[in-house]
Amino acid sequence: MFDPEKIKDLKKQQSAWEEKIESKLSKAPERQKIFKTISEIPIQRVYSPGDIPNLDYDRDLAFPGEFPFTRGVQPTMYRGRFWTMRQYAGFADAEESNRRYKYLLDQGQTGLSVAFDLPTQIGYDSDHPLAQGEVGKVGVAIDSLLDMETLFDGIPLDKVSTSMTINAPAAVLLAMYIGVAEKQGVSSKDLNGTIQNDILKEYSSRGTYIFPPQPSLRIITNIFGYCSKEVPKWNTISISGYHIREAGSTAVQEVAFTLANGLAYVEAAQKAGLDVDVIGPRLSFFFNAHLDFFEEIAKYRAARRLWARLMKERFGSKDPRTMTLRFHTQTAGCSLTAQQPKNNIVRVAFQALSAVLGGTQSLHTNSMDEALALPTEEAVQVALRTQQLIAYETGVTDTVDPLAGSFYIEHLTTTIEEKAMDYLRKIDELGGAAAAIEKGFIQREIQESAFRYQKAIEAGDRVVVGINKFQIKEPPPSGLLKVDPAIREQQIQKIRKIKQTRDNTRVLSCLDSLKKTAEGSDNLMPPILEAVRAYATLGEICDTLRSVFGEYTAVSTL
Amino acid sequence: MSNERKIRVLAAKPGLDGHDRGIKVICHALRDAGMEVIYTGLRQTPEQIAATAVQEDVDVIALSVLSGAHDYLFPRIMELVKGKGLKDVLVIGGGVIPEEDIPALKAAGISEIFGPGTYTSDIVQYIQENVRKT
Repeated sequence: MFDPEKIKDLKKQQSAWEEKIESKLSKAPERQKIFKTISEIPIQRVYSPGDIPNLDYDRDLAFPGEFPFTRGVQPTMYRGRFWTMRQYAGFADAEESNRRYKYLLDQGQTGLSVAFDLPTQIGYDSDHPLAQGEVGKVGVAIDSLLDMETLFDGIPLDKVSTSMTINAPAAVLLAMYIGVAEKQGVSSKDLNGTIQNDILKEYSSRGTYIFPPQPSLRIITNIFGYCSKEVPKWNTISISGYHIREAGSTAVQEVAFTLANGLAYVEAAQKAGLDVDVIGPRLSFFFNAHLDFFEEIAKYRAARRLWARLMKERFGSKDPRTMTLRFHTQTAGCSLTAQQPKNNIVRVAFQALSAVLGGTQSLHTNSMDEALALPTEEAVQVALRTQQLIAYETGVTDTVDPLAGSFYIEHLTTTIEEKAMDYLRKIDELGGAAAAIEKGFIQREIQESAFRYQKAIEAGDRVVVGINKFQIKEPPPSGLLKVDPAIREQQIQKIRKIKQTRDNTRVLSCLDSLKKTAEGSDNLMPPILEAVRAYATLGEICDTLRSVFGEYTAVSTL
Repeated sequence: MSNERKIRVLAAKPGLDGHDRGIKVICHALRDAGMEVIYTGLRQTPEQIAATAVQEDVDVIALSVLSGAHDYLFPRIMELVKGKGLKDVLVIGGGVIPEEDIPALKAAGISEIFGPGTYTSDIVQYIQENVRKT
């Protein structure tokens, strides 16, 4: 973008300028000897065209909606419509969560995002011994289609888009969603939404795995294949860097490990005979919005550019929709403090702003009280209003990618892309993302970053307001949301009732045919859907699959 | 007990919670402070944790739960630990644990609860000052 001769001249000027400043530093030193981003990218005093000498507008940026999509996935971005405001919610039972969804929709939220409790996420019914103490705690308890019908009662599934944070049993919950749609008279072809369905990051970062990698990848590609025909508008996977970041990674690692997982899914689909441009357009992503404002903005832009290049160059994609990295963002839960919790409102606002300036397609803003408990209704309202303020009041949405061309942002974008690519080469050498996880490489990289981050806080090198600076004495927080432990007993009663009233012969035959399909190689979605329709429980379906696929044992990395 | 033996810590994740960033950071810090640390990995039942504590002859059990299941899991683990006669084991807990839940957990025998924002150096110090006291 710049004349090389002029850059040479500029660099000379800059050296002279730096020299002049250095001489004064002994009297008026800077705050720190070294400045760096969270990813430990060194930050210079100032940036100029000399720091992005090779940046080519057409090749590296292009206009929004054009390859390599650095500036955004659509030509008009938020001038057309705002991102989807989607607060992750769910707790206790289906009735309670249904009330929260209706409240959020009334408050102007534009999409739903379902949080399931841990037994549901790991494929156990609420009456399983391992579910003790966990039912309804971090999300809603779903045991059968009956709970799912209650969860979406009065919410027309052809009118909302629903994101479900479900991974190992994603096929079952998607089947339940389709089952509810059928009862509402809505065709699966009209359903909009997302299942997370990203098992690789469960092994490395989030922990709700069930089956070993190979059968898990088969379930995932079965979902890809089924949805491409039957649920064509569904986002079949949300390849998630969010939890990798929450586990302690840097921004560069978040991009690298997420895209590495993405490559593994595309390769698995290709091996299963699915064309990259059949499944590619329905892949979506999920990133974290952390504290380092500019690094975060550059991260989203770098991820978009790198994914587009990988899809085109590595897989020969011809469809721009395959090359576009569409993503959801959530602000960083790990950055919230339990101390002076109102400060979290401000943290979340800055983080959300970085996601918007980075071109997100949908956004969850954390509530101020989430380091303490599940959010109260009031806290969720402030979090949602934060998004609405950014959208309607700040004006940052009126032009596309307003920070493009900033010497610093472009330098960071290029650096993050390069450093992420270095990791991808390393992961390729290890045999791809699944192999790198089984060798513990990714987990160790994340662990080390998490430890460094904590050490920097304890040494005072990284300031966290309210933790290692500006602390106050404060009374313990009050009015926190608490889930009633009686929820488990209620769920157990519901399971008993459903097992008494359903056609148990039909259930057994459905589970038997699911088992046979699992032992063979046909698509698992049709028999799962049949079992769901017969009110087989989530636990029964997952146990059937466990009996064929076995269970994953984590590798030790400590 | 001889003070020459290194302090042995069982770091455990009971229940179904997958948040292990904190416990892993703590394991690293305890090792750097000269302790021997055995990490159980995810999804341990209270029975497994108590059995491992006996088998490994530990001085400290450090429990981490961020799912809200501490109200069931911590007292259950204490019950089993006491049942196995591990009276001199120091048991500490951490995670997202509301202030109002702490008295009941302490009554069940958990010595201390460490919430979000705790320094690893404070945990190290607490263990060094309170281990093998009984």
